[in-house]
Amino acid sequence: MALQVTNSPFSEEQVELLNRLLPSITVTQQSWLSGYLTAVSSASNPVSESAGTTVAVLERPVIEVPAAVKEVTILFGSQTGNGQGIAEQAASTLKKQSFEVTLQSMSDFKPNNLKKIEHLLLVVSTHGEGDPPDTALPFYEFLHGRRAPKLDHLQYSVLALGDSSYEFFCKTGADFDQKLAELGAKPLAPRVDCDLDYDEPAAQWLAAVEVALQIHTGGQSAAAGLAAETVSSTQYSRTNPFRAEVLENINLNGRGSNKETRHLELSLEGSGLEYKPGDSVGIFPENNSELIDEIIKSGNWNADETVEINAQGERRALRVALQNHFEITVLTKPLLEKLSHYSESEQLKSLLHADQSGDLRNYAEGRDLLDALKDFGPISANEQQLVSILRKLPARLYSIASSFQANPDEVHLTIGTVRYEAHGRIRQGVCSVQCAENIEPGDKLPIYIHKNDNFRLPENPRTPIIMIGPGTGIAPFRSFIEERSETGAEGKSWLFFGDQHYVTDFYYQTEWQNYVKDGVLTRLDVAFSRDSAEKVYVQHRMKESSKELYQWIEEGASVYVCGDEQNMAKDVHHALLEILQQEGGKSPEEAEQFITRLIQEKRYQRDVY
Amino acid sequence: MTSTTKSVHIKDGPPSDVEEIKIESDYLRGNLINTMKDSLSAGIPDDDNRLMKFHGSYLQDDRDLRNERQRQKLEPAYQFMIRVRTPAGFATPKQWLVMDELAHKYGNGTLKLTTRQAFQMHGILKWNMKKNIQEMNDALLDSIAACGDVNRNVMCSPNPNESPVHAEVYEWSKKLSEDLLPQTNAYHEIWLDGEKVVDSTEETEPIYGATYLPRKFKIGIAVPPMNDVDVFSQDIGLIAIVEDGKLAGFNVAVGGGMGMAHGDEQTYPQLGRLIGYIPAEQTVEVAKQLMMIQRDYGNRSVRKYARFKYTIDSRGLDWLTGELHSRLGWELEEVRPYHFDHNGDRYGWVKAVNNRWNYTFFVENGRVRDTDSYKLMTALRKIAEIHTGDFRLSPNQNLVLGDVTSANKKEIEAIIETYQLENPAEQSALRRSSMACVSLPTCGLAMAEAERYLPSLITKFEGLLDEAGLGDQEIITRMTGCPNGCARSALAEIGFIGKGPGKYNMYLGGGFAGERLSKIYRENVGEKEILDELRPILNRYAKEREQGEHFGDFVIRAGIVAATTDGTNFHKV
Repeated sequence: MALQVTNSPFSEEQVELLNRLLPSITVTQQSWLSGYLTAVSSASNPVSESAGTTVAVLERPVIEVPAAVKEVTILFGSQTGNGQGIAEQAASTLKKQSFEVTLQSMSDFKPNNLKKIEHLLLVVSTHGEGDPPDTALPFYEFLHGRRAPKLDHLQYSVLALGDSSYEFFCKTGADFDQKLAELGAKPLAPRVDCDLDYDEPAAQWLAAVEVALQIHTGGQSAAAGLAAETVSSTQYSRTNPFRAEVLENINLNGRGSNKETRHLELSLEGSGLEYKPGDSVGIFPENNSELIDEIIKSGNWNADETVEINAQGERRALRVALQNHFEITVLTKPLLEKLSHYSESEQLKSLLHADQSGDLRNYAEGRDLLDALKDFGPISANEQQLVSILRKLPARLYSIASSFQANPDEVHLTIGTVRYEAHGRIRQGVCSVQCAENIEPGDKLPIYIHKNDNFRLPENPRTPIIMIGPGTGIAPFRSFIEERSETGAEGKSWLFFGDQHYVTDFYYQTEWQNYVKDGVLTRLDVAFSRDSAEKVYVQHRMKESSKELYQWIEEGASVYVCGDEQNMAKDVHHALLEILQQEGGKSPEEAEQFITRLIQEKRYQRDVY
Repeated sequence: MTSTTKSVHIKDGPPSDVEEIKIESDYLRGNLINTMKDSLSAGIPDDDNRLMKFHGSYLQDDRDLRNERQRQKLEPAYQFMIRVRTPAGFATPKQWLVMDELAHKYGNGTLKLTTRQAFQMHGILKWNMKKNIQEMNDALLDSIAACGDVNRNVMCSPNPNESPVHAEVYEWSKKLSEDLLPQTNAYHEIWLDGEKVVDSTEETEPIYGATYLPRKFKIGIAVPPMNDVDVFSQDIGLIAIVEDGKLAGFNVAVGGGMGMAHGDEQTYPQLGRLIGYIPAEQTVEVAKQLMMIQRDYGNRSVRKYARFKYTIDSRGLDWLTGELHSRLGWELEEVRPYHFDHNGDRYGWVKAVNNRWNYTFFVENGRVRDTDSYKLMTALRKIAEIHTGDFRLSPNQNLVLGDVTSANKKEIEAIIETYQLENPAEQSALRRSSMACVSLPTCGLAMAEAERYLPSLITKFEGLLDEAGLGDQEIITRMTGCPNGCARSALAEIGFIGKGPGKYNMYLGGGFAGERLSKIYRENVGEKEILDELRPILNRYAKEREQGEHFGDFVIRAGIVAATTDGTNFHKV
């Protein structure tokens, strides 16, 4: 990616110089240079503009240290309500001592906030075979997972509830206690394990906690909580993708769904990569190894024979080249033309005949390299010649589903798994099936950030937004809403979502519910096409609320559409035109002009595919 | 039965949250019309779910999927259970066909015949609830008051062959059910698009009042010698007294109930105590007055202490009869003699008094469904299509085909034959006298498996019985996934009450005719311990039992457990 005045903090002259220099320097030179610049920057502390995203030097904002406050966060994990009751009691007691108390269910607590708090009280019960309550499970798993942060700054105490007639009495509380200590947190008061008659021990625990909190908040040092920030030293880009660790890989579709949609969370830690809502991530996928086996077998090629993979003359074994460097799942005309040099097939020749372009398209549709090798074989090409007819394996772009502000060092994606049958074989989306079947937390994926300035939240945080994103089109809107939630933007927001079935295909349902509850998302309308006799889609929901929708647009709302281009985006566009005519009294031409103006004002933005 | 002197500690306190919900509900309306439409969740808020119960339904979720879905950022797999009010378990073939159809159209493709002789459907999604209730209504079925703090489905022995007065007794159960129904128009407004009552405050609940009862209330009628309704487990148990071949009246037992809470010995299962005899025509009046006494005196602060049994036990039986007599203006007569033989069902064909036939099917745990090898649901549908009599759901979750003509009998036999409904392998005496509640995955209260687990445990018990040479022995065996007691485990000869995954409290010594509560034998045991404990006891029973001695009586005589003589000493080992 080239530097521009618009995407960097440099002047035109600087950009020109840098663009001349950067492509020519080697990786080692890059590293050296960034290290050098970092050293210079920390030594002289130059005035930095807002941080550019593609430059080696990243001036991280210094974490502001709040004045010593008597803050305390109380989290409860409660099945029956006992734990919640105790937690509420503790909250009201501590508030009277003028502590600033945050009381939350563990299920509502954002684990990232652990870094921001200093005093944590946990009230948690144990169930079944020593299991946490359902609502505590995600937090429990977070702390016991690979993303658990260091908690040296934290002081905590645990009140465990249980029933001593069970084998694993108060196990969950004990687990939390042990885990927090392992992560570096310091006990504020010792854990208390309560049996069914918990009133007294709970009161004693609270008394001990109160005393300890008073002592600790008395002499608080403002220096606490300062974390050392590392500065990245490598510039990652499409040409130098960052190998991002996979933190989470979940199927968002419930059992019984016709679909499989993956929610991927990737770590950007140490990459220096940043992004804005609306941006995409490019992933360099790997081709399916079974398909590669069949290709190699079809031509009796040698998998270990090395071939050139780029103009620089780098060489890899054929198997590796087919896996990581060349596209084997799409047939193009140039490919078939090159293939014809190694084939005697009359059928291929006739397909390539100038008059037969329709036939060629029909043939290529739903077929891949293996089909062509079989249909037009025998193929006389050697290993090198085989790869020379192929395109480079392109990266796959996915709209980012998270906000960088809300999840620094992470990026989340929503990936619909593509599988279908054609011409007697199951066809698989290269990247989506790799993510669905072969990628586990701990694995790494080569990625880069793909900027998209044509899909941006309004600059004014008060501007209302209307988001239409059925299916995986939901992704950027999760990013939008996370961002607006994180930044406290006050503008109204309205989301239209749809898919096949309510019970299994309502992506990020619990998050939307919380956003609506908190008022971050003003309104959510859903359409599930296969739950009723008549198919209902997002455009129907828009038309049902045409009056309000028009009113929002009149109030200056920006309209965003993401997802399927072929049907959805067109239907939504028509629905908008109809609404403008019906509610705004516009003629068809006026409605079109109005839409054009919206586009010019960046108030109608689409990310469709 | 002696009246208890031990007083239950009842805390005086502010009304519970449920009382507040009832008061604010405007006679059971709440915000249901809106929350049932809300598309943000397939569930409804807790407050409305409390009210939903009064409409015979409540929100559940598939607990097998709960954690998985939480990780998937999906809300729980919410679904509604609906319970249909069928006094005495009576349904026409047409109604059976409607229930079968709805189970497939909106439910999970099965029907549950409950321990209170009602139909239960599971797995109905929110947006299908209204259609479901409307289609039920078209078949003259409703779910009013099938759950909630009201008089529940009225039970009545469904076995007409046992007594010539059955029809008469059945009419009383229907009348009790109708006369004690809530009067609010809410059900019609919410589900049937009934006209909104303009000022609902004018609407009155003459029996219930605006806050209804403190807790659920159950009435059952037994016709001796059969105690299939477990008459002593009811808040009001009525025992039919037949004189000169006619129904004379009922002995009245009060304050039975199965539920308790683990770890709180102030809660316990209790048997109804007989307070006298009433002539049949006073049935509704007496039931109504008893219910209103509970309405006025029941604990409204702590729901687990709110059942009629605690109201009575804390004040004494004399207080109750005094209060009842003063409200009635007359006194009950002396209890009349009666005798119960058993509380189980009698299977197969039985010729009834009117020259018609009855056939009782064993339905394991009341679950009507098709499996690969056993197409019970299909067979029953085929029968319903040709049956000219009626269907009666039994209190043991079985099914009686009633009033079968001789001509009809042949056709039905052919269907039974075709679908091999009398497979002996599935029909041991032990299995036929077993019963489990629904429990996991849909019941929100469940702590351990019941319906899904008991069949395999019974298979293992069958092995133990064979070892001991007791192959044909009937032993009442019941399992519930929690201590609330839907399957009346505390009355079983061998009872299991769930404590945690795979763990049960094990009880022994209930009476064969439902006349005695059981006693805890082992706490918190898993399958291996259960089998290890039971094997030697069954072997001893085989060797030492007296002629005709039931297992529940034997374990007491042998000193294996002490007899529970009253609910208040249920926990005393």
